[in-house]
Amino acid sequence: MHLVINAVNSNSRAAIVSHRPAILAEIRSVAAEQEKTLAPLTDDLPLLDSGLDSLCFAILVFRLEDLMGFGPFASAGATRFPRTIGDLVALYDEALA
Amino acid sequence: MPETLTLARLIGGGAGHGRVVATRDHVLPLDAFARASSLGSHLARLEGRSVVLFVRDMAKAAAALIDLDGWARRIVLCPPGWEASRLETVVRDAEADAFALDGDDEAPPIPVEIAAPCRLPLEPLDAPRATTRETEWVLPTSGTSGPPKLVAHTVRTLTTAIADAPLQQWATFYDIRRYGGLQIFLRALCGRGSLQLGGDRQTVGSLLARFGAAKITHISGTPSHWRKVLMSGEGRRIDPDYVRLSGEIADDAVLEALRALYPRARIEHAYASTEAGVAFTVDDGKAGFPASWLETEGAVRMKVVDGALRVRSNRCALRFVGAGASALVGDDGFVDTGDLVERRGDRLYFVGRRGGVINVGGAKVHPEEVEAALNAHEAVRASRVFARQSPIMGALVVADVVLRDGRFAHAAGLEREILASCRARLAAYMVPTRLRFVPDLPMTDGGKLARHG
Repeated sequence: MHLVINAVNSNSRAAIVSHRPAILAEIRSVAAEQEKTLAPLTDDLPLLDSGLDSLCFAILVFRLEDLMGFGPFASAGATRFPRTIGDLVALYDEALA
Repeated sequence: MPETLTLARLIGGGAGHGRVVATRDHVLPLDAFARASSLGSHLARLEGRSVVLFVRDMAKAAAALIDLDGWARRIVLCPPGWEASRLETVVRDAEADAFALDGDDEAPPIPVEIAAPCRLPLEPLDAPRATTRETEWVLPTSGTSGPPKLVAHTVRTLTTAIADAPLQQWATFYDIRRYGGLQIFLRALCGRGSLQLGGDRQTVGSLLARFGAAKITHISGTPSHWRKVLMSGEGRRIDPDYVRLSGEIADDAVLEALRALYPRARIEHAYASTEAGVAFTVDDGKAGFPASWLETEGAVRMKVVDGALRVRSNRCALRFVGAGASALVGDDGFVDTGDLVERRGDRLYFVGRRGGVINVGGAKVHPEEVEAALNAHEAVRASRVFARQSPIMGALVVADVVLRDGRFAHAAGLEREILASCRARLAAYMVPTRLRFVPDLPMTDGGKLARHG
């Protein structure tokens, strides 16, 4: 029971402060700068099909780190590499939760 | 005197039956090269020549290398995507008298005696030929914002690091015209299996599908290539015995993630450079390498001088090519790699390049070149370009800028304008990811821009 309550709490907290809007805005801004055409940004869109190349993605992670003061990739032992837009948002949301 | 080592000997003629080098568009049967060629009737004229290999298609580059080794005096292997404007000094320094080019109607970018078109599939030869010459392989590397340096190897120096291999089915994300990819090309030829190659405009998913269908067992790429694999979600399309990382600093995160993805594979990161050859591979799953290796007696000797790694081995290049070229090997036989290392506990870690050269996903960026582009903007008085670590690309380019009007508050509009002017002059990976406006820049006692700290 205790575990369930914890899970609900952390989910709802993450939902309230989700980084999704900031991340999507930054994706659009990097794409515009690098003159890339973006696919519609849905949660299940694979990052490699989004229209961003590796350099764009590296710039995105860099900007988000400046913006939010942390990078989920930089933490030691982080071995998850996000596959979709949803995975990426979850990485940031979980790092904050 | 030992017999000359040639690609024809490595492949072993009839022993190559069933073995191929394959890209998406071409399949080269290795046993066919004894009686067929990609250079057709032009091949006879290329005997003893210094040939610049300037082709777009990687399969053609692979075929021409096999055709020309043991036959030409010298092969200059131009990296993919090279502009023709870089060739003038290369042709002069390599005393080139021939080009191998993509198309039939293509004029050589610089006038030379012979322009030979490279065609696939292979065309039958009129008569067998003896490929017994020791051909010099010349690999250009980017010099410090000047013309490329030409590094001379032979098949022997390039293959000394390769152990006798059982059946290995190789694949690489690299282009074979870069040192890391060339090692894999030669590994595949030395072994008894085949080689699958990538190429332009192919997604990592489509490559993994093709590599998986070919049942590859051994595969190599840079840490940046592997991060793309990890992000593609398609990594399990292959089931390798052996995974190799080279060309950039491998960090613990990418090594751990690959360990989780391929639990039964042996995962190694290699340290090599065009000049120093393959120095070592690390297979304990951790970044860096044991400091005790500096004391190890063996085929490869290493030492650290002024923070940079120096290497001495029979895999090192022979020399720089060209009149007035500097010495590649020091008096003590060591090659200065320019790669800086730092000791933490009982391990050494690579921390960057001397001279501040920044490695963005395997592409080298000279800070001076970026600073020149920044300083060309009318609002900029001075700038200092340096690296910031990136978990995706290894490093990214960032810059501190001093403005002419002395302001140093952040001005987003001006930052955008300066970066747009950089984009017009520089390749995308060279453009700073962020500018910071500062009141002044640190100088050394000698009055130069301080590159570190």
